[in-house]
Amino acid sequence: MKLALGPNLYYWDRDAQLKFYEEIAASPVDIVYLGETVCSRRHLMRLQDYLDVAEQLAAAGKEVVLSTQTLIESESDLKTLRRISGNDKFRVEANDMGAVRLLANKVPFVAGPTLNIYSPQTLDLLAELGATRWVMPVEMSRDALLPIQQSRRSGLETEVFAYGRLPLAYSARCFTARHHNLQKDDCQFRCLDYSNGLSLKTREGQPFLTLNGIQTQSARPYNLIGELHALQETGVDVLRVSPQAYHSGKILQLFRECMEQRMSPALALMQMEKLMPEAPCNGYWHGKPGLDFIHNDHLATA
Amino acid sequence: MPPKIELVCPAGSLPALKTAVDNGADCVYMGFRDDTNARNFTGLNFDLANAKEGVRYAHAKGRKVLLALNTYPQASGWQRWTSAIDNAADLGMDAVILADPGLMQYAAKTHPDLRLHLSVQGSATNYEAINFYHEQFGIRRAVVPRVLALAQVEQLMANTPVEIELFGFGGLCVMVEGRCALSSYATGESPNTCGVCSPPKAVRWQQTAQGLESRLNGILIDRYDAKENTGYPTLCKGRFEVAGETYYAIEEPTSLNTLELLPELIGMGISAIKIEGRQRSPAYVAQVTKVWRQAIDACHREGAGFTVKPAWMAELGKLSEGQQQTLGAYYRPWK
Repeated sequence: MKLALGPNLYYWDRDAQLKFYEEIAASPVDIVYLGETVCSRRHLMRLQDYLDVAEQLAAAGKEVVLSTQTLIESESDLKTLRRISGNDKFRVEANDMGAVRLLANKVPFVAGPTLNIYSPQTLDLLAELGATRWVMPVEMSRDALLPIQQSRRSGLETEVFAYGRLPLAYSARCFTARHHNLQKDDCQFRCLDYSNGLSLKTREGQPFLTLNGIQTQSARPYNLIGELHALQETGVDVLRVSPQAYHSGKILQLFRECMEQRMSPALALMQMEKLMPEAPCNGYWHGKPGLDFIHNDHLATA
Repeated sequence: MPPKIELVCPAGSLPALKTAVDNGADCVYMGFRDDTNARNFTGLNFDLANAKEGVRYAHAKGRKVLLALNTYPQASGWQRWTSAIDNAADLGMDAVILADPGLMQYAAKTHPDLRLHLSVQGSATNYEAINFYHEQFGIRRAVVPRVLALAQVEQLMANTPVEIELFGFGGLCVMVEGRCALSSYATGESPNTCGVCSPPKAVRWQQTAQGLESRLNGILIDRYDAKENTGYPTLCKGRFEVAGETYYAIEEPTSLNTLELLPELIGMGISAIKIEGRQRSPAYVAQVTKVWRQAIDACHREGAGFTVKPAWMAELGKLSEGQQQTLGAYYRPWK
């Protein structure tokens, strides 16, 4: 089983991002996804910057994948998409069917989590077009994954979002700009002020969602560390950790130690308590509401 | 003058279908009574007998019937979706509206004469995505998510042979359709997998000392004082607290109404205007259909001289959520 770092979903200043990936180069991660997947107005990191980072990570022995934007609306979005999908060095994660069109039957690609692959038939179709790895939609359960695993083509890898605030929705509207009473086209890049997103609570003070520009995330981090055994049994090939502004390196390390059986998931989960922005959730994996947390009996006795 | 734009109206039931046809819909869209469509609510939708009668009624009056099969099948239910495709072909549906590529492949292979439309749930917001479905499965029309500005729709249309259908009126989904899992995060059921958003079975109303509260699977969505109108607790239309401020942080309860854009939409060459609302009553469908029929006919007749009649806006205003209307993303400064 391999460990991946997903694309950074937040907007950090350029130096912070460069420093972050320097640390990641030294971390125990196998695969790193790079690129802006949320908002086309975020461009402190240009494509060339990502390519430079990609070279450094590759030199450090990491597999690098360039992720494409999820919501592609304008010709300039398409221009960026063409430059990424036409790069001749790194594999690309397609997060929109437009990206699939540009990659299909040309180069092997990763079918991203927003392509809505819920059935063996749809996965097979994407594999036929050249997908060599796919990322399960975040809301999918283990029970729904199992039959797909049983029928998938050999050589096709399955990746599961295993840690981080869940990317739940994308909008035409920018909720961060809206919070500041700014128009989306004149957002003044307020996302830079919220390196871990902007917390949305119920009127009872319960942390519920996280606003991240046009993206809405869960407030709770999804955490499947306690399900490691089940993930392995289900034949999942790659676990994705989604970057947070703090402790990503430590989280990756804990996942790695559990994957190599140098630490118990129960202990890792305990150590993560101080590192998570809120209490964790794992409901989706169990076929429950995503925000639920199902205690694993196996962990309690570990 | 561009070809006449089609008015596509919702039919949540046989009475609604007949009402839509009688009031001037060119097409009606409907779903079967299960999770194969994105409006999987108790008491809505069609069994086979009703669907057959609906198709007969519409076809007898020269109108079209479209079948929405726009959820994403999972392995365990695959046959339910393929049977629905087979039934659509047998019933003589004028098109099926699909979101799942695997299902599209099945439809294109098994029923090559069945016309395919890409559902809004397919999240195709650019021409590369639309052309993907066109090349792979021969889709003839795409329903575009409600996230693009008009100029972006125009750009998209210039680069695809696929007909474009846009939402004209009704409940406004602020998230890109097909890319929203908020409902399953809170309740376990989502549009993609179960055909529902904020499902009624998860809703609770409770009178408290602080006011009337609406909850979704226990999560407080909104709280109303005695003078306020209440609304259905759709998750993204609740009032929440962000940085100490309580407001509609995601979306106000409001309806999309593009009546004033009609001349532009027709001029751009849009093929069809969709009215949202399969969950609405036949009376609602009748009123909305009647106004839009009159407006479309007037716009074609009057060309540049077309003006929106205040009576139409007043009528639609009464039917809007929270009595509020918006041009949504078509109007760029929308925030």
